[in-house]
Amino acid sequence: MQPLESAVSGRDLDITLSGSWTAAHTRVLEPLVEAAVREARDRHLRLDMHAVTEIDTFGACLVERLACSNSTGIEAEPVGIPERMRGLLAEVGRVSRAAQPLPPKKKASFAGIESIGRATINAGRDLVVFIEMLGELGDALLRVLRDPRRLRPISLIYQLDRVGLQAIPIIFLITFLIGGIISQQGIFHFRRFGAGDYAVDLVGILVLREIGVLIVAIMVAGRSGSSYTAELGSMKMREEIDALYTMGLDPVEVLLLPRVVALICALPALTFFGSISALFGGGLVEWFYGGMSPAIYIERLKDAVSITHFEVGIVKAPFMALVIGIVACSEGLRVKGSAESLGLQTTTSVVKSIFLVVVLDGLFAMFFAGIGM
Amino acid sequence: MDSEAIISVRDLVVGFSDQIVLDHLSLDVRRGEILGLVGASGGGKSVLLRAIIGLLAKRDGRISLFGTDRDIAAPETMQAIERRCGVLFQQGALFSSLNTRQNVEFPMREYLHLSERLRGEVALTKLGMVGISTEDAEKFPAELSGGMTKRAALARALALDPELVFLDEPTSGLDPIAAGDFDTLIETLQRTLGLTVFMVTHDLDSLYAICNRIAVLIDGKIIVQGPIDMILACEHPWVKAYFRGKRTREKAPVLGQPAH
Ligand SMILES: Nc1ncnc2c1ncn2[C@@H]1O[C@H](COP(=O)(O)OP(=O)(O)O)[C@@H](O)[C@H]1O
Ligand SMILES: [Mg+2]
Repeated sequence: MQPLESAVSGRDLDITLSGSWTAAHTRVLEPLVEAAVREARDRHLRLDMHAVTEIDTFGACLVERLACSNSTGIEAEPVGIPERMRGLLAEVGRVSRAAQPLPPKKKASFAGIESIGRATINAGRDLVVFIEMLGELGDALLRVLRDPRRLRPISLIYQLDRVGLQAIPIIFLITFLIGGIISQQGIFHFRRFGAGDYAVDLVGILVLREIGVLIVAIMVAGRSGSSYTAELGSMKMREEIDALYTMGLDPVEVLLLPRVVALICALPALTFFGSISALFGGGLVEWFYGGMSPAIYIERLKDAVSITHFEVGIVKAPFMALVIGIVACSEGLRVKGSAESLGLQTTTSVVKSIFLVVVLDGLFAMFFAGIGM
Repeated sequence: MDSEAIISVRDLVVGFSDQIVLDHLSLDVRRGEILGLVGASGGGKSVLLRAIIGLLAKRDGRISLFGTDRDIAAPETMQAIERRCGVLFQQGALFSSLNTRQNVEFPMREYLHLSERLRGEVALTKLGMVGISTEDAEKFPAELSGGMTKRAALARALALDPELVFLDEPTSGLDPIAAGDFDTLIETLQRTLGLTVFMVTHDLDSLYAICNRIAVLIDGKIIVQGPIDMILACEHPWVKAYFRGKRTREKAPVLGQPAH
């Protein structure tokens, strides 16, 4: 016997349910119910449930679907419900009657255009948020400078240790390798013109002006920027930042300022060390691969680079630090309640700050070319 | 024993490093009852609950669920048994990246082959049973109030029509009216769905109103378990302080006649 038997007699439809109406059987039951619902559209439905042996919420929902199938809106009252199933069926019926229909979903016909529009608006908003954050940080800095007791030396030193001191080994390693690679490529290609020695100029100028600061800034954005975003984001999620507000403390002053200031102090120092390490790597490659003795390397380096090149590189560092810090902090504060949003904002923070660092580097290159440095 | 024990714990020992939290604890939960577990904060109630569910390793003793011993049963058997249990964690533990309806649908999606339409219908029905409207069902956990979070978590615990639910302080952090509603809700669900409920609670009202039996956990042991009258008659100083303390004085007239 089928779990759902229907018999049409004139304007009446008699449906008899039997057997197990549980989650495990819904694959069989649901099509039967759907067919019965179509039959019952403009008929008077009588539902007999005395042969049902087992029912759970899933089955009860299907029965409810049957009972509400009549287009006139009159609900069929099932008969013969076994005593122990009554409570459940009544409860499901009550809930489904109380439920308001779902609001219709938005049409997605212009989804492509809509997303372009949204992205444009968001880019504009990002700019505003960036400027706002810059202003708030400046404001907090002024407040702290006016009243140095508000400076948080412990927090500042802790952050300096994290983003500065602890970053030194990895920065050393990476810039050392990059310096070596540039040097090797320079020697290899310049040799063909008999200009192998000019690889020293290449390494010196490139490292001091561009590569040193760029590599270090990108490393710091990935290493410290992401951790700032994740930290602030999870503090936001757990209402720690709201707690600070309610204690009358300004999160910008307490949390963001020490972090951003630490970055601004640490990045030039890291750039300096990174550049030295890159020059060192370049020198070693010159020695072992190019056959140039260290003394001559240093001599040629002195001729090739001037203090200007160094200045051009190092001047960019604090600005890049500021950009990384602001992006990391504002993305962190945008985290909403979910774990997913934390991950999303951390990724966004790193991608955005690396992008902005490169753009900023380009702008500086134009600027220095303009003033002839 | 008048009816079959769904949970049976014997001589359970659980500890962390050198701290023994549960010390040779024994407890039974019978089919169809609501058992309330009380004890001091930090006394190990959540630890007991987690050990029964299998989230914490035990050092000694036996735990049986539905008559199956955790240690002997095959992993598949245990998994099938775990599907018959629902858990409401103390903090709700809703998945933050799914909305409320998807949270309830999640276990169904994992375990049952349902059409999408039926899954949505059942999820909304469960949410409706715990008093969450269709509109609120589309909200994310971060956008829910404390009471709604508990309700949504209860709906998720009930998603697979479990026979046994574990509730860890379901009414803590709710205002007395919301807590009262929650009690009624648990009782209604218990009646309509035929649930067995293991409930950790500090709420005296819940204990009086809906618990069939109460177990008191002190110093890592259940020192007394039974209906409320039996607990009230207990002479242990902590139990006396708990049930007859300053904050419970106003209940004195109804002592001994729990509302059912
Ligand atoms: N994962 C854990 N590691 C170490 N100690 C724990 C852990 N979980 C709980 N405890 C300790 O076990 C004791 C009981 O905790 P718990 O069961 O959460 O108390 P409560 O009865 O309030 O629910 C506490 O002393 C707590 O510090
Ligand atoms: Mg607890």
